[in-house]
Amino acid sequence: MATTQDTRERIIVPGPAGFHPPSAAQLGVSLPDPGQGLFYGLLEPNEDVVIEEMARKMLTSPNATIFPGPLLLWAWNDHAVEKAKATLEIAAQIPEVMIIPMPDYRPKYPKIDPEEVINPNHPNLTIWGNKIEACIFIGVHCHYANLTLKMIRAGTNCCTMAICAEQGHEDAMLTIRDSDTLKIKRVAQIFKKVREQMGIKLPENGQNVRFTGTQSKVHGGQTHTNPMAFAPTPGGTGSAAMFGHSAEQMKREG
Amino acid sequence: MNETEVKTNPQGDPITSVAAPPSATKKDPHAEAKRQKVVTPEYMFHEAPRTKEFITGSEAAKEAVRRSNVDLAIAYPITPQSETMQLVGVLYGEGYVKEYYRGEEEVGVMAAIAGGSRAGVRCYTATAGPGTLRGLEGIASWPGHRLPVVAMFTCRVVNAPLAIQPDNIEVSYLLNCGMIVFHAENQQDMFDFTMAGFTISEKNDVTLPVGVCCDGFFVTHARGYVRMQDRGIKLPPREAWRGAVPVLDAENPPARLSRDAPVQKSNFMAYNIHAVWQQEVWAAVERSRKYINKYMGGLLTAENVEGADAIIIASGSAAAQSREAVRLCKEKGLNVGLIKVRSLRPFPTQELRQLCAKTKLIVVPEFNYVGWLAKEVATAIYGYSKAKIIGGPRVYGGQSMPVELIVDEVESGLTGKKSTNVAMSQIMGGTVNPDDVAHFMRSI
Repeated sequence: MATTQDTRERIIVPGPAGFHPPSAAQLGVSLPDPGQGLFYGLLEPNEDVVIEEMARKMLTSPNATIFPGPLLLWAWNDHAVEKAKATLEIAAQIPEVMIIPMPDYRPKYPKIDPEEVINPNHPNLTIWGNKIEACIFIGVHCHYANLTLKMIRAGTNCCTMAICAEQGHEDAMLTIRDSDTLKIKRVAQIFKKVREQMGIKLPENGQNVRFTGTQSKVHGGQTHTNPMAFAPTPGGTGSAAMFGHSAEQMKREG
Repeated sequence: MNETEVKTNPQGDPITSVAAPPSATKKDPHAEAKRQKVVTPEYMFHEAPRTKEFITGSEAAKEAVRRSNVDLAIAYPITPQSETMQLVGVLYGEGYVKEYYRGEEEVGVMAAIAGGSRAGVRCYTATAGPGTLRGLEGIASWPGHRLPVVAMFTCRVVNAPLAIQPDNIEVSYLLNCGMIVFHAENQQDMFDFTMAGFTISEKNDVTLPVGVCCDGFFVTHARGYVRMQDRGIKLPPREAWRGAVPVLDAENPPARLSRDAPVQKSNFMAYNIHAVWQQEVWAAVERSRKYINKYMGGLLTAENVEGADAIIIASGSAAAQSREAVRLCKEKGLNVGLIKVRSLRPFPTQELRQLCAKTKLIVVPEFNYVGWLAKEVATAIYGYSKAKIIGGPRVYGGQSMPVELIVDEVESGLTGKKSTNVAMSQIMGGTVNPDDVAHFMRSI
């Protein structure tokens, strides 16, 4: 289905863009001002238009995945916990969505398990490994998000989206900025509206998030889950283990 | 006095002096610093009233640091080009700078500045000439590590034989590090660029070091009028948690998600990550443009360029000389404009293409042998202007630049009158005109 009526030539689109394509900045894409977004490299004055397109892509693309970063995964403070919960509200609107964490920024050696984590040093491995064609990054420090987005655009056909707490990301196909808890909740509401407009239903048992193989093993063979069952509570409950990332694994990766 | 009352030092010598009695009127040396009020950058740069003082460039840098809420300053005050770090030490004594010490040499200073910035504090240092090059390994690593820092480079000769005179050749070494580079013309620029540098370098989408260069001696040791905000106000503190990378926190487990060195574990992906990492650093340089426009009023300033037959493009002290050259050219009936480049990284490419589109002649005077600015200008406007570009005049090794040299280049370029110089661009291009050389020899 056509996802937009905009006829302008898009600049930042799903790849593979090639061996070593120019960065979005080299292509002249600049970051949006508050209230605005980037729509495939084009400045979109109304960020809601961008969010609606995000919803359409996440609802229609194979193996859509949310990649939460350290700023959400670790309970730095109550605000981080609230944002993590709001992000789960977005997940709750997308049938069959996966959630794969980016808990840290160190390369995973000798080999990454793409069903366990994504990493900014070789993010394409997780995209390829799960055949992900649409994804949202949220809660990733901007430098590492930018590296990740560049590499995914170069080597995969994934449509990347960034919900950023700061100023957005040129190398994402769709991005919004200044995303605090309220805005993330608003994103979830827009996703709900778009889903209902498209006539897409959620499973009645609320278990709309699909586990990866590794996650399924951790959860006793269960294939799906209700994201809101994972909502953290304030007070330091956010931890690596919360997202299936054990202290032992952290040690191994060091 | 009996024997038990005699006080001695550790060597057993009697102490004959006595401590001064406690004074009820003793002042807190930090009292004034403690009263400083934080204001927004917008107020500081655009609204705060200013008063004029006649001070040296080093003093201007000191006054900028006083108002910039600096946490850490590390000095290796290379002699004698700049007393800036000595003056910043005075600020430490007064409580305006929270930590200050002298490093062993520039390698250690630049590494320690990196550590301070990684830890999330606002850092400042200054060096010059050979010190810049000695610290360059560390300096060149700052952008890749996304470290907001402001470093002042009071340029002096770096080539052998060493000298302490101004020569801005060291700027050319800084241009390709991935850092933001400003070039100050005078004491006012030193003040403004330093303060703006802190604000720009710490923007989340920038998160890069800023180098504030000047032609040492001319700017650092000479006095000029500087309009400054009240010393009772200062910039907001660094919000390190908003940076593009996490700060280093060795005390908490999330430190493990910090900045391990992925590129040193080489496999195929390592090359790829290094490539996009460099793209990202330079993208951040690009993003700084809007903040330079906002807080400094632009990457360049232009005077009388509309309809000018010739434009002099200069940075640093050469801009001051060029301004006088423009005045002399006007007396000779020549219509000449001036573009002063303030930001070398990012470079004002689009601005120059626009401003130079219709002029006939461009003259680029410089205080160095290699002509790095002329190369930058030629690269930027190639294909966008038909102007003849004269890369010169150039002085180096600490020479001053007589204004007449610049006027001569403009006049010869516009009228065909033989220059008493041989333009450096002609010599470097390998197309020396024997007639020009003969004319030059006759002139001297």
